[in-house]
Amino acid sequence: MSIASGMHGILPTANLQRLLDALSTKGYRIIGPTVHDGSVVWETVRSVSDLPIGWRDQQEPARYRLEQTGSQDIFGVVHGPQSLKPLVFAPREPLLQIERTKDGFAARQMILQPEKVAVIGARACDLAGLAIQDRIFLKDAYCDPYYATRREGLFVIAVNCTRALSTCFCASMETGPRATNGFDLVLTEVDDRLLIEAGSEAGRHVLGGLSLSPASEELIGEAAKCIDACARSQVRRLDHTHLPQALYDAHEHPRWNDVAGRCLACANCTMVCPTCFCYTVEETPDLSHQQTDHARSWDSCFTQEHGYIHGKNIRPTIKDRYRMWLTHKFASWIDQFGMSGCVGCGRCITWCPVGIDLTEELPALMTPVQPSVSRRHVEG
Amino acid sequence: MVNAYAIHPATIVEKIREAEDINTYRLQLVDEQVRRGFCFKAGQFNMVYLFGVGEVAISIVSDPDEPELLDHTIRSVGRITTAVAGLQPGDVLGIRGPFGQGWPLDQAHGCDVVIVTGGLGCAPVVGAIEYIFRRRAQYGAIKILHGVKTPHDLLYRERFDAWRRSPDTEVLLTSDQPDKSWSYRIGVVTELFELVSIDPPKSIVLMCGPEIMMRLGVPILMRRGIPATAIYVSLERHMECGIGLCGHCQMGPYFVCKDGPVMRYDRVAQWLGRAGV
Amino acid sequence: MSKPEEEPQKPRLAVFKFASCDGCQLSILNLEEDLLALGQALDIAYFPEASSDMKPGPYDIALVEGSITTPDDAHRILSVRRQTKMLITIGACATAGGIQALRNWADVEAFKQAVYPSPEYIQSLSTSTPISEHVHVDFELWGCPIDKNQLLRVITDLVAGVQPRLPADSVCLECKRRGNVCVLVAKGLPCLGPVTRTGCGAICPSMGRDCYGCFGPSEGARKGPGLPPNTASLARHFHGGLQLVPLEVMRRFRGINGYVSSFRAESNAWEKKT
Repeated sequence: MSIASGMHGILPTANLQRLLDALSTKGYRIIGPTVHDGSVVWETVRSVSDLPIGWRDQQEPARYRLEQTGSQDIFGVVHGPQSLKPLVFAPREPLLQIERTKDGFAARQMILQPEKVAVIGARACDLAGLAIQDRIFLKDAYCDPYYATRREGLFVIAVNCTRALSTCFCASMETGPRATNGFDLVLTEVDDRLLIEAGSEAGRHVLGGLSLSPASEELIGEAAKCIDACARSQVRRLDHTHLPQALYDAHEHPRWNDVAGRCLACANCTMVCPTCFCYTVEETPDLSHQQTDHARSWDSCFTQEHGYIHGKNIRPTIKDRYRMWLTHKFASWIDQFGMSGCVGCGRCITWCPVGIDLTEELPALMTPVQPSVSRRHVEG
Repeated sequence: MVNAYAIHPATIVEKIREAEDINTYRLQLVDEQVRRGFCFKAGQFNMVYLFGVGEVAISIVSDPDEPELLDHTIRSVGRITTAVAGLQPGDVLGIRGPFGQGWPLDQAHGCDVVIVTGGLGCAPVVGAIEYIFRRRAQYGAIKILHGVKTPHDLLYRERFDAWRRSPDTEVLLTSDQPDKSWSYRIGVVTELFELVSIDPPKSIVLMCGPEIMMRLGVPILMRRGIPATAIYVSLERHMECGIGLCGHCQMGPYFVCKDGPVMRYDRVAQWLGRAGV
Repeated sequence: MSKPEEEPQKPRLAVFKFASCDGCQLSILNLEEDLLALGQALDIAYFPEASSDMKPGPYDIALVEGSITTPDDAHRILSVRRQTKMLITIGACATAGGIQALRNWADVEAFKQAVYPSPEYIQSLSTSTPISEHVHVDFELWGCPIDKNQLLRVITDLVAGVQPRLPADSVCLECKRRGNVCVLVAKGLPCLGPVTRTGCGAICPSMGRDCYGCFGPSEGARKGPGLPPNTASLARHFHGGLQLVPLEVMRRFRGINGYVSSFRAESNAWEKKT
C-alpha cells in the first residue's frame, strides 16, 4: 500500500480524543456522526464518546437499522442519510435580504462569516461527492460564493471503509472504499488502532502536532488488506462502460414505465444524493412588504415545479421525472462535467421509501427490448 | 469574488403596451456604476426581479449599442409576470445579468440573415436586428419571417414596418387565425419559406419561437440546402439562477441558461421534441 | 413596485366556520405578534371566534373552516361565496371533508339513532363534503390544522396583489432539508410523507412520528394515472415491506383526508382486500 502523503502515524483508538483536542485547539468546530433516531447524523462533537462507538449499520433497499455490537469500534457505522453535501451546499441558504428604500430597494448579501469546521468520518464516496460538487459550484463559469465560504473552512478527516454495506457499489464506480484524495487526514480503523495519514498541508500540520510514532509496515499492510477485502465484499456493482450513450438510447425503453409504477416522486433519492445540486429560490416577504428574504433551498427534479415552463409542465409524469433524474445522473452529467454523477454510496437505494435500486434499473434499461414486448409496452 | 446573485435595482422608465397581456418595460439601472458597466449581446437575457415575489428570465430586446436602457418584453403568464404587469413607470424592478450566449452576429458577417420567429419569439431577435442595421454594410440581405396566431399577437408593428422600408430587407408577416384587420399573409410561418429566395451557402438562420415551429421549420430549411450548423435557435426553459447551477433549465446535456439560450441547431436537434427533456 | 396611495382602503377579512373543531381558527389566533400585523394590513371585519364585533359583508377575503354536513350549511356557504371576492378554505375539513368524512362510508342514520336521544331533531346530511363541492374555491390551505405561516404567506401575497404559491411537493423534501432521519426507512413506520403535500414543515417526522397525511395528497392541478401521488406503490410497500395487514393499509389512507379522491381510491382498493 502506498501512503498518499508520505506522512503517517499510529494512534491507539483509545487516544482519538487527542486528535479532536488538537483540532479544537486550532479553532475548529468538530462535526462527526452521532446516533440519532435510528441512524447517524452530523452533529458537533466534543468528545470521542459522542461518536457512535460500538454501533454498526445494516442497510438494504428501503431499510436502515443500527445495531450495538458491544465493541469499541468508533467507525463501525458506514454512513447515515447525510453525505457531506449539507455542510457545504446548505439545505436552505439565505442569499440576500432585501429592504425597500426610497428609491426602490437595497439588497444585502447574506454571505456567512467563514467558520473553521473539521468533519470526521467522511467516507471515500463522500469525498467523491464533494469533489463533484466542488467542480459544479466552484470551477464553472461562476463561482458560488455561499458554497465557497462554507467549503473554504472545511477540514476533512476521512475514514477508509473496512466494511461494505449491502447497498455499497463504490468499488465499481471507482470512488472507494479507499479515500485517495480530497481529504486532510484519513483514518483506517484496524482493531484497536488507527492508521492516520495526511493528505494535505493542513493535515500534515495537524498530524505533525500529534507527535505520533510512524505506523508499522504491519499496520499499513493490515489496513490495506481490510480495505481490499471491503472492496471485494461489495455485492452490488454498476457497469458504466457504455454510458452515457446507452442511456440516451434507452429513452423509450419500457422499463421506465415499470419503475414509474414503483417510484413515489417523493425526491428522497435526490435529497440524500451527495451530488444532486438542484435548488429553488424562494422569497419570503413580511406582511407589510417592506422586507423580504431571498433564499435558496434544495430542490429536486421530482417536484411539480421543476419542469414548469409558461404555465405547463414538461415533465408531468413520474416516468418523466425518474427518467430525467437517472439520465442526468448517469448520462448528461458526464457530458456536462466530464464525470459520472454517481459515486456509488447507495444512499438512494437505502433511503428510497420503496427501495428502488438503480443497480437493478440501469442494467434493465440497457438491456435491449424484445421486439414483441416493446410493441406492447412502448407508448405511442 | 463577484456574487452572481446580487440583484441591482432598475427603474421602469417607460412601459409600452404591446398586446393585451404583453408589455415592454424600459429599465434603467439605478446605480450609475452598475449602469455604466452593463453591456450585453443580442440574445442574452436578464433575471428580472420583483420585490417580494421572485425572479424570472427575460431576454433583453433592446439594442446592445444602447445598454443604458434595457427593454424587456414580458407576457403575463406566471405569478411573477402577472404581478409585474401591475407596475407603472417610476416603479422599480431588479436585474441580474446579462446571462447566456447571444446570437452569433460576428460569425454572420457577410452572410444573408434569415430570421424566423413565432409569437413572442420575435422579442429575443429584436436586438440582433437593431445590431445588424447599425452595421448594415457588414451583412448581406435580411429576411424577417414572423408568424402570429391572431393579429392581436403581433408586437412591434412599427418596427416591422420600419425594417420593411430598409434596403435589401424583406419582412413577411403571417397569421394563422387572421381577422378582417389583417393585411399580411395567412398561414403559419414555415409556409413563408417558399416566398423568399434563400442562398444557402451564404445564409445564416436565427430562429425563435415555439419548439414545434423549430422542429417543423428546420427540416424545410435543410431541404433548401441550409446546413444545420448555420441554423441557430433560442430556447426557453424554467430558470432560477441563470448561471448553470440551479438545474432547472437542463435540456439533455445542456444548461439552456449558460450553454444557450441561443444554440446551434445541430447540437440540440436530438433533444428538441423528446418527451420529458 | 407600487407607490403607497393615500390611506388605501384595507382589504376586509372574514372568517367563517362550518363543521370543524376550530383548530384552524385557533391557528390564526396563534399568530401572536403577527396577528397584530395582520390587523394592520387587513380590516378583520368578521371573525366571531375572536371578536363579537361582526361587520356585514361584502368581504375581500373569506377564510372558511369546516366541511358541509347539514342542509343549513349547504345553504349558508352559497351566501358566503356571494359576499366575498376571494374564498380560501382553511384546513382538512374545508378542503377535503375532514375526519368527519368517514361518515361517507357509514350509515349516518344509524349514528344518529345511537348517539341522540331524540334523533328526529337532528338535521344532518349523509355526507361530509369539502367546500369545493359546493362553491368555487380560490385557494385551498391544507392541514389539520393549517400551518399558520403558510396562511400568513398567502395573505401577504394577496394583500400585495400577488398570486400565492402553494407547493405540492412531498413532505420528504422538507424532512430531508431539516436533516431528519426517515422514520419509514429507519424505524419501519408507515409514514405517508412520500405522498403527502408539503407545508407543515415535516412536524411529525421531526418528532420521530410517521406522517398521517394531514396536508392531503402531494399532487398538482393536473391529476391522473402516472402522476403523483403514487399511493398504490406506497400502499404495496406498507403491506409487503412493512407487513401491515390490508385493514391497516386501508386505515392509513382513510384518515383526516380520506375523502380526497386519490386517498379515497387507495383506501377503497385495500378495503376490498380485507
